[in-house]
Amino acid sequence: MTADVIAGFRSDHPSPVIAGFRRDHPPAVIARSRRDRSNLVREDVLPSVRMLDRGCFVATLLAMTRGVTVTCGVFLVLTLVALAPAHAYTAYASNEKDNTISVIDLDKTQVVKTVPTGQRPRGMALTSDGKRLLICLGDSNRIDIFDTSTWQVTGSIDTPDPEYAALRAPENNPLYVSNENNALITVWNIDTQKLLVQMPTGVEPEGMAVSPDGQLIINTTETTNMAQFFSYATGKNLANVLVPPRPRWAAFTHDGSQVWVSSELGGTVTVIDTRTFKILDTIHFEVEGLRSTFIQPVGIDITDDDKLAFVALGPANRVAVVSVPEHKVLSYVATGQSVYNATVKKYLLVGQRPWHLAFTPDGKYLLSANGLSNDVSVIRVADLRVINTIPVGQQPWMILVSPH
Amino acid sequence: MPNRRTVMSGLAATVGAGFARSAEAPAGTPPGAPPPAADVPTLTIGYIHWWHDVETISLIFAPASDNGRAGAEVGVADNNTTGRFLHQNFALECIAVRTEQDPVAALNTLIGKGIRLVVTDRPAPDVLKLAEAGAPHGVTMFNAGAPDDAIREENCRANLIHTAPSNAMLADALAQYLIWKRWPRWFLAFGEGADDLLLADAYRRAAKIFGARIVVERQYKAAAGSRETDSGLIDLQKQLPVFTQDAPEYDVLVCADQHSIFADYLPYRTWDARPVAGSAGLVPTSWDPNSTEFGGKQMQDRFVAYAHRFMTALDMNSWVAVRMIGTAASYAQSLDPDKIMNYMRSPDFQLGAYRGLSLSIRSWNGQVRQAILLSDSGRAVVSMSPQPGFLHEVTVLDTLGTDKPETACKLPAGQKT
Repeated sequence: MTADVIAGFRSDHPSPVIAGFRRDHPPAVIARSRRDRSNLVREDVLPSVRMLDRGCFVATLLAMTRGVTVTCGVFLVLTLVALAPAHAYTAYASNEKDNTISVIDLDKTQVVKTVPTGQRPRGMALTSDGKRLLICLGDSNRIDIFDTSTWQVTGSIDTPDPEYAALRAPENNPLYVSNENNALITVWNIDTQKLLVQMPTGVEPEGMAVSPDGQLIINTTETTNMAQFFSYATGKNLANVLVPPRPRWAAFTHDGSQVWVSSELGGTVTVIDTRTFKILDTIHFEVEGLRSTFIQPVGIDITDDDKLAFVALGPANRVAVVSVPEHKVLSYVATGQSVYNATVKKYLLVGQRPWHLAFTPDGKYLLSANGLSNDVSVIRVADLRVINTIPVGQQPWMILVSPH
Repeated sequence: MPNRRTVMSGLAATVGAGFARSAEAPAGTPPGAPPPAADVPTLTIGYIHWWHDVETISLIFAPASDNGRAGAEVGVADNNTTGRFLHQNFALECIAVRTEQDPVAALNTLIGKGIRLVVTDRPAPDVLKLAEAGAPHGVTMFNAGAPDDAIREENCRANLIHTAPSNAMLADALAQYLIWKRWPRWFLAFGEGADDLLLADAYRRAAKIFGARIVVERQYKAAAGSRETDSGLIDLQKQLPVFTQDAPEYDVLVCADQHSIFADYLPYRTWDARPVAGSAGLVPTSWDPNSTEFGGKQMQDRFVAYAHRFMTALDMNSWVAVRMIGTAASYAQSLDPDKIMNYMRSPDFQLGAYRGLSLSIRSWNGQVRQAILLSDSGRAVVSMSPQPGFLHEVTVLDTLGTDKPETACKLPAGQKT
């Protein structure tokens, strides 16, 4: 039995999940697992694999009652897909091109719901309780607030061309929005959906972030190459740091001492001291066999312990792993590679142009939204391997994981 | 360019402008931008605009009177949006010069006002004249309009930067795509204008480089009476098939028609059912109003909100010139034209211009390297060159146009652009 049939896909469907599935759970491994059960309780295997024993039992029972001779291994694979999730983490991917949000069940590693949105959903923010998802709808000129249990829109903020939005934690207020076309940051109360204040920026404000202590607001202006700092308390512009071209995203270290800013065209990450606003370091990326122009860093996610930073490199089809204390690139995880699928007899290119990243709450997995291949890569943090690829909507842009 | 989607452009303009543009903001001020403080130093950029009427077969592609200039104005507004944080202010001084008038007089007026960085959309002979007249005064000219290769090669000037892609770059961009598509057999049709012949040369060169074969060449002689007459369509329907009749087997018709005399008549009228590319059909260009990738949507929105029309390739080339100046000024932290030009010519300089890879200057001839869009002339962007698989030892962008080893540009030592 081939993997794609197991996963329930038509054999002519060139879905990247087939490739991901094959790599991760090839039937051969499962068969071997039967003989050596110690293999099954490896910590790094996805949670549902732990249910295999029971699955085998059920399968055997089924086989007996039907009087059919089927090997347990095959049923194991079936149950692997069907079993109930252990963690039930949920991820949300905004699909820029087809105006939807893909709701992903991370244990089933598949999209369980597709929510239609307004036009051009890109930036998203999630309240700390995970109950409200705010989605920037650039071409509808508003931000919709979704209830994540009912998927009803419970509120709307009318604001022109919102791209990114950041919530100040833990109050979940205010909301900082970069209005890309208007060279403005607008600040909103998400409960009343009232505009509190607006702050002028450089051309095409993009990445928005709030420092862990909630005192410092940073914005990157994509076209005019600045990381701009604002004070939460006074709303005043504190500093404007010139960084290499097309800064896209800013991520604070969890101790709040540094902010890391990616430059998409500069191909760098600039590390800025949040007290002095001085540039501490500029991190460059080099991938053998790849022109530097294809290395375009966008999303940055830093582990809770401030040890590792993951940087999505866009058209390089890779995520860089950087040591936070040393500002040094440790390795590159390829999200994009050709995978030969025996059934469709084709090389499938998966995971192209990863843009934004998100950790699962336990920190064990990192997801990347791959804009050009319409999928989400699941990276296992422990051994830095891409273990799965989940097809979502068209041009996934941002990804968030619910805390619950 | 007035466009059939005027309703949409009007809407976009309302949305863009309605929110934050303050009533007191002067023209050319970006939405949300406060006027600069009085003590902020200002760099004025010159613009010598070619004031002429352009007749096009397609009404929607007839250029607006501010074609090119509006791009520079949005560029200045963008510079100022950043400048207000860096204590730099930019202004544009535009002089429109009719075809028969001498552009050098306009340049002298600008020089008299202390302006040393000047953008122009005048044709190639004027660009050379301006560069020569400006050189003793330390003027750098930015050529936003003329695609002629000669002013980049054998007639190159040290104080000339070309933001307009050359004929060679445009032809190479199309050639790469046609080869990628495996359409290597070309029918080359070209017009009678001197610049049509230059563009045809560029296609011949591109065919040779990328392995295409021109199986037939024909020159189109413009017949009077075929444009916008009652019987025009019927005539064309008879003329164009005959013009393309009896051709050897070919894959695609490539046409070179710089003045919109015949190219737009070719699609759907060729004797054989073949696609048309070049000056009509699939067009290589530095910008298209449908380009939304790489953040281009923001550029389109910002431009439409400002100019109430769509952004043309000439607008993009002027915008690039002004933004190159602004970007170099912000990194050099100076409004001094020499410091700005030094930074612009340094290896560090990069400009993002909504086409994926960043733009920079080719040291050997002053050409701005840039990706080229392939547009279906009105409805969609079909592709962007360089195409995958065309490799280069330095940057794939240099697979388009004249590369360093081939350049005929010889400047005295120390005068390399």
